[in-house]
Amino acid sequence: MNIGIEPNLQAADEPAPLTPQQIMRRRARKHRSLMIGAGIILVLALIALLAPLLAPHDPFVQSLGKRMLPQVWAQGGNWDYILGTDQNGRDYLSRLIYGARVSMAIGIGAAAIGLLIGVTLGVLAGYFGGWVDHAVSFLLTAQLALPGLLLAMALVFIIGPSVWVVIGIIGVLHWTYYLVVTRSATQRIRTLDFVAAASASGATPRQIIWHEILPNLVSQIIVIFTFELGIAILAEASLSFLGVGIQPPTPSWGLMIAEGKQAMFYRPWLVILPGICLFMLVIGANLMGDGLRDITAPEGRN
Amino acid sequence: MAPLLEIRNLSVSLELPNARLHAVRGATISLDRGQTLGIVGESGSGKSMTALALMRLLPRGAEVNVGRLAFDGKDLTAVPDAVFAREFLGRRMAMIFQEPMTSLNPVYTIGRQLTEASVRQGVLSAKAAHQRAIALLDRTGIPDPAGRMSQYPHQLSGGQRQRVMIAMALMMKPELLIADEPTTALDVTVQAQILELLAGLQREMGMAMILISHDLAVVSEHTDRVAVMYGGEMIEEGRAAEVMAAPKHPYTQALLKAIPRMDGPPMKLAAIPGTVPSAISIPKACIFASRCDLVRDVCRSERPPVQGSDEHWRRCVLTEAELAAGRHVAPAEVIVRSAIAAPASPVIEATDIVQVFQSRRRLFGPKKENRAVDGVSLTLKHGETLALVGESGSGKSTLARIMLGLSLPTSGAVLMQGRPLADLSPRQRAALVQPVFQDPYSSLNPRRTLAEIIVRPLELRGDGTSQTRLARVREVMDMVRLSHRLIHTYPSQLSGGQRQRVAIARALATSPEALVCDEPTSALDVSVQAQILNLLSDLQANLGLSCLVITHDMAVVHQIADRVAVMLNGRLVEEGPTDTVLNRPIHEYTRTLLAAAPRFRAEEPRLELSRHE
Repeated sequence: MNIGIEPNLQAADEPAPLTPQQIMRRRARKHRSLMIGAGIILVLALIALLAPLLAPHDPFVQSLGKRMLPQVWAQGGNWDYILGTDQNGRDYLSRLIYGARVSMAIGIGAAAIGLLIGVTLGVLAGYFGGWVDHAVSFLLTAQLALPGLLLAMALVFIIGPSVWVVIGIIGVLHWTYYLVVTRSATQRIRTLDFVAAASASGATPRQIIWHEILPNLVSQIIVIFTFELGIAILAEASLSFLGVGIQPPTPSWGLMIAEGKQAMFYRPWLVILPGICLFMLVIGANLMGDGLRDITAPEGRN
Repeated sequence: MAPLLEIRNLSVSLELPNARLHAVRGATISLDRGQTLGIVGESGSGKSMTALALMRLLPRGAEVNVGRLAFDGKDLTAVPDAVFAREFLGRRMAMIFQEPMTSLNPVYTIGRQLTEASVRQGVLSAKAAHQRAIALLDRTGIPDPAGRMSQYPHQLSGGQRQRVMIAMALMMKPELLIADEPTTALDVTVQAQILELLAGLQREMGMAMILISHDLAVVSEHTDRVAVMYGGEMIEEGRAAEVMAAPKHPYTQALLKAIPRMDGPPMKLAAIPGTVPSAISIPKACIFASRCDLVRDVCRSERPPVQGSDEHWRRCVLTEAELAAGRHVAPAEVIVRSAIAAPASPVIEATDIVQVFQSRRRLFGPKKENRAVDGVSLTLKHGETLALVGESGSGKSTLARIMLGLSLPTSGAVLMQGRPLADLSPRQRAALVQPVFQDPYSSLNPRRTLAEIIVRPLELRGDGTSQTRLARVREVMDMVRLSHRLIHTYPSQLSGGQRQRVAIARALATSPEALVCDEPTSALDVSVQAQILNLLSDLQANLGLSCLVITHDMAVVHQIADRVAVMLNGRLVEEGPTDTVLNRPIHEYTRTLLAAAPRFRAEEPRLELSRHE
């Protein structure tokens, strides 16, 4: 007879009911802004993936007779071109939908390149310390001293613009957050006893880093990844706006703002619409990053 | 006369990610002026929560319910927080915390921190406060008190900081002092001094004092009355000497038997099975039933009644006679120290080890040398348990790392089974010696399941197939008495004792010759410590392991060691068989260590002992 007693009061060896992953999932479900952020990102990612199915028109087909058609809610608008057309008569909605592909690809690609560079350097510096740490810290200082946008513009100019070049350059310039965070986390984890236990079992530094240290960095890395996603998307938009990023006719939100700029005063929606898209994507990424940081924060850990 | 402090039916509950934890339920305390009360309990028993609730220092999300809470006849539940902070905190009741390293603000001088509160509250003038602070520092035994006033916390040792904390608590002459584990973070010899100091000050100033501790011996030595807490409830209360001599709750009885003692030969400890429960729902039965030897059916279905007099009560259904019978059951088994034959082969042999750490103040500044280990020779022989004793900073952990082969000494040689360490590959070394660490919370990778943790040394060696490895995992889990059901759980789901078993299982996976255990039980509760100490003794007897155990606790040494080596300031000052060193210590420092080990004031006659003699 065990009325009203928790199971763990009865059997001494009974584990607590939740695994760390379950606790995390529970917290995630309760975290409203994380859910909103993840929802936005998910929707935009789906739009990007399914762009050929969703877009009502071909985003590249120009039709000079249908230039600058107004949006459906404005006077003279029609349901064929819900968001109107641009200066070259291309359907704006389709271009926005395809633009999500470019933004997503650049965000994820650049953040992943940065992750690779930053985490590698950070873990090496944190684990080995000494001259490795000094060297990496020097690299970091040098990187922080460079004006990022200017350098990116120069590099794109020299190499020549294409989506892949833009991804590569933005990625190569955005690894400092990863480095700072993983370096200090590695320094902390390295002193813990389970690392000593592993090396007492004959594990090599490589095995210790892969098996003991990296699994403990995963949640922090994911958090930075989402933040970097937002930053990379904005960087692409800036480059495209300045004319050294994505080249026409590829639809990119930054480029669309730049193109709409000349008509800004009598067709403001040409600028506002891609602006809203950018805003949603970046705010989604940041809400998600904030939320992930909250639910994985060490003080909340059980 | 009304008591100084009266708490009736205090309940505290805390918010957890997935539930509400009822940390304290129905605690009742009554304390007269000048009286001392000890609150004893293992971790999670709610002893600190009780004190924090009184001081209104509970964490956010905590909910307090109390029947009556009165201080000096005044109902505190009616006092708003701001008034309470102004008129009671510090002035009439003060608190000392466990961790002296973090309870002082590192950026302010000692003097400022001592005088600030009393001056700001207008109790003392700046000058009077300064003088009182110096007088108190002097009284707490800090050398050069006037000079210390302008120093910063990092310039003091841990013991000195705790003395400063005590002085700070006493600045405004409080009527009640609450000391929450005031000595747990300190070295043994310092512990004894601080407790003496607290007791002396309490008598001099006529304060009432609540001393919270997990150590029954400490509390019984320094308080008038003792309340024993378990799982959030007070289960027994009485005069300290009486509770020690004739405990009337099965938990208190079991707890006393689980503590290693230094009188008489070492006995197998009567460990309490299982771990301290946490109350997620309000229990409707006896909270100790799941671990109690004397459990009845009724214990599992009904709340136990309070029995006994006001002088000494307990919350248990058993009668005096039944309890008395329980006190003397099951004669404990005497542990026979293995007499190591003189030419027993050495497993690890360290000769003339010197470890020098160099640090520079600036990039090109002068080097500072710190000789952590200074010419130590130590041999771990086959099949013995060697205890290495010393205080923090004595170099014992550094020596252990060297003997494990984790770091290379500045000079000196380490031989493992006769072969120099340098000739052994890391894998060979791992097969010979394995570590068990102090903190079971940091010694297991939080991202790996138990199976992954225990199998890792085998994977690293490349032994067998995944099936044979899994079989070995189950085998070592049996050895350390871990249930197979836990095989896919994560460390965070386990209690401290279970984690330490996992750490031992991992160390045993590759069947090493020797274990190096660095304070294997000092982070554990007393009842769990007994389980682990018994386990280590058994493993050693069954597997013929050699163990190097590093500890600061002489009772643990007495319990498990065959030989003792005492370290002080990086040097070995005494070495010999346990009985010889403990009974006839030669070095002054060994005597100090032995004298500092807390003992029981009132002993019940040790009947178990006479049966074996």
